[in-house]
Amino acid sequence: MTDKMDVSFTVNGEERTVCVEPRRTLADALREDCGLTGTHLGCEHGVCGACTVLVDDTPVRSCLMFAVQAEGARVRTVEGLADGDKLHPLQQAFWDHHGLQCGFCTPGFLMLAVGILERDPDIGEAELREALSSNLCRCTGYQNILKSVLAAAAAMRK
Amino acid sequence: MSLIGKSVRRLEDRPLLTGAGRFAADVKFPDMLCMRVVRSPVAFGRLTGFDLGEALAHPGTVAIWTAADVADIPPIGFRLTPVPGLEPYRQPVLASEHVRYVGEPIALVFAGDPYIAEDIADLVVPLIEPLTPCLDPAEPPSEFAPDLDTEAAIVTKGYGDLEAAFAAAHMVVELELVVGRHSGVPLETRGAIAVPDAATGILRMYGAAKVPHFNRQAIETMLGLPPGGIHLHEGHVGGGFGIRGELYPEDVLACAAALRLGRPVKWIEDRYEHLVAANQSRGQVHRVRAAVDERGFILGLDDEFWFDQGAYIRTHGVTVTDLTAAMLPGAYVVPAYRSVGHVRLTNKTPCGTYRAPGRFEGSFVRERLVDAIADRLGLDPLAVRQVNFIPKARLPFRRELNTLGTDIVYDTGDYAGMLDKFLDRVKWQALRADAARRRQEGELIGLGLGFFVEKSGLGPFDDVRITLDRHGTIEVVTGAASLGQGVETVMAQICADGLGTGLDRIRVIHGQTDRIARGVGAFASRVTVMTGAAVMMAAEKLRREMLAVAGRLLQSAPERLSIVGDRVVVGDTPDGPSLDLAAIAQGAGGEIAAEATFTTQHMTYPYGVHLAQVRIERDSCAIVVERFFVGYDIGRSINPMLVEGQILGGAVQGIGAALMEEFVYDASGQPLSVTFADYLMPTIAEVPPIEVALFEDAPTPLNPLGVKGAGEAGINAVGAAIAAAVDDALGMPGAVRQLPITPNRLHTLLRQQD
Repeated sequence: MTDKMDVSFTVNGEERTVCVEPRRTLADALREDCGLTGTHLGCEHGVCGACTVLVDDTPVRSCLMFAVQAEGARVRTVEGLADGDKLHPLQQAFWDHHGLQCGFCTPGFLMLAVGILERDPDIGEAELREALSSNLCRCTGYQNILKSVLAAAAAMRK
Repeated sequence: MSLIGKSVRRLEDRPLLTGAGRFAADVKFPDMLCMRVVRSPVAFGRLTGFDLGEALAHPGTVAIWTAADVADIPPIGFRLTPVPGLEPYRQPVLASEHVRYVGEPIALVFAGDPYIAEDIADLVVPLIEPLTPCLDPAEPPSEFAPDLDTEAAIVTKGYGDLEAAFAAAHMVVELELVVGRHSGVPLETRGAIAVPDAATGILRMYGAAKVPHFNRQAIETMLGLPPGGIHLHEGHVGGGFGIRGELYPEDVLACAAALRLGRPVKWIEDRYEHLVAANQSRGQVHRVRAAVDERGFILGLDDEFWFDQGAYIRTHGVTVTDLTAAMLPGAYVVPAYRSVGHVRLTNKTPCGTYRAPGRFEGSFVRERLVDAIADRLGLDPLAVRQVNFIPKARLPFRRELNTLGTDIVYDTGDYAGMLDKFLDRVKWQALRADAARRRQEGELIGLGLGFFVEKSGLGPFDDVRITLDRHGTIEVVTGAASLGQGVETVMAQICADGLGTGLDRIRVIHGQTDRIARGVGAFASRVTVMTGAAVMMAAEKLRREMLAVAGRLLQSAPERLSIVGDRVVVGDTPDGPSLDLAAIAQGAGGEIAAEATFTTQHMTYPYGVHLAQVRIERDSCAIVVERFFVGYDIGRSINPMLVEGQILGGAVQGIGAALMEEFVYDASGQPLSVTFADYLMPTIAEVPPIEVALFEDAPTPLNPLGVKGAGEAGINAVGAAIAAAVDDALGMPGAVRQLPITPNRLHTLLRQQD
């Protein structure tokens, strides 16, 4: 279990090679080996979705994926969303519509929503609710998260 | 233009949106050790020793501690509501002779890597002789220790002539009601990172929350450190809800380990640990009876209840029991009242407070009772509430009870008026007509309502220091804490309002014990009321001093000056002579500071109403909350968007508590709710549109802002409202006697209906 392996992938467009045990989760590799602590761990058993990142454009639970499985993949995390000082439309919408309180689940919701809207920019509210039910938030009651994602979707279609 | 009452966007959001937040797990130091807690696998037993052979032989082991290694550290004490006789029930930092719940810390493993530490912890073998656990809080007390039983305390409160009330009763209504064990379950688990600094001799702990100043002093005392020997630092905190930030064994152990091993020590709780080790709450059984007259007016209320405290009395002492008893009468006159609350130890995870402690439970009991009275007398439940409301003319209303060291005096309010306004706002008649029509068509639709009085703004004091520095930055140093509720924005709004400046130059500090000598923290919906009032006072003081300095510099009388944005101007014309804020601080020698302390003896009492519309799906035993309404009088709102956010979040937690969330234990005391697949919390799919009607009709005279708290408004009567709605949908008044109304429990009710 303790033999380490080299794994290479891109994170937010940057080539990374990390040397990890096969049992190391992608979440831990991102947080501890790449220093990207924006990806949060809320349950480590694949329910809460706080650790959601995009792997080859698909939202995945990075706590349920081993880092070695990301070999050659294109990983995107919350740190890659903004363009310098300019927030991504989803980040801006969460800010404008009070879509976060403690902010712990927020990176997971943002990455989930990016994945959803990139795949289906015209997604309807019912389907969006269904898709957003993948992740847990304990502060907001979700109403403002939904409002934020709908507002971002509208902004991104312009 | 005043910033109070404006829904401004939050100042704290940018780092949280960009992944730059600094939560406990993000804190890292060179040469850091990881601490892994070995926990009892048995609910109750005699701990006779350990087999540590394999664990000690592991090459990654730096140290392994058991109770013998920390024998000099006393058990965790009480922060709130201690009563005589509780000391023997305090939790030791590591179990020594007995284990009393599954999840109790029994040993510690230290290693350089969290994966390795977990490997080693798996090799630690505790030797435990199992004993028969006590799991039912309402069964007769059993032995806790020699000459000590499992009834840790009885909290008795009351007033008036109860006997006469029952003697005069037209009717007596009795109920037995059960509230399930559930808790706050924030999305971030707990964490503690303790760092010894050889250069200063000061130990620093990161991962603090809620009450850093209290915990600093407690850890100092427990570890025998000199005053100032430790400082606590709050980073971003991923939700609190009452349970996060209390002093737990792990916090003290991480600090002790850092001191004794001479290295930074990091402990991050995993979710399984959280669900067996962090405070749980709520579990209560009530036997309540009311003496009523023909109109349904409650002449006397007599409640006896049993609180399932779990294995130890933690920092909250008997707070939950005390608040349950003190707040149960709610908005009703209730001329005679008695409450007997039994604090019972069981072999389950210990309990503390969870958002609206005692009120979620008490509102469920009281509002169920009022609905039962209406049903028994054939009256409209709303009419029975109107008959019982404390009339507006009787406020301030002294309830002959006390709680948390304060006398209960409802400060301001108009309960009957507010209910009318609310029903108007939600178009109550149309809702009823629509429900009746759908019932005719065969659907199981119900409406239910709960009315409540909240409490907020617990004292006794809050200190604030505001400094204008030579860069023109305004720093507000508070003793408050932030669990994600928007403290920085709200304090900045109040400060900006008091000074007349904008928000962008204001920096708000909270949760740092090395920045301010005293602090009370964030609980009991107190920050906006208490810290906010102190910020207002300090800002007004600072404004006067800034204008005095500016007057000298501009050779103008201070009365002729005003602050506009980041400049002081003569008159109110921006074209004339003016100074920017930095120049004023420089003119005063580099900075200007003002301090203020706000003190109070009394809490403020906001109030509100919850209304649920539910649909029951007979085939799947699902309860769908279709719509949810909250009416709430907050007195005065600083930032309505954030108030509404608090209410929405609380309401959804309440829906979880009413329908899904429950810590279940099997007959041997094994916890069955140890993952998010077992402990179910609402997702967006279970959440209806929630409509909030915020009223500001009853500001309080008890603080200079007139504000009351918002934190617990959303959850208070959700259980009561949903229970009533489910009754209504079933057409079975009084059917719901237990929360949560799980599919199994609903199935039982549906079978009774057939």
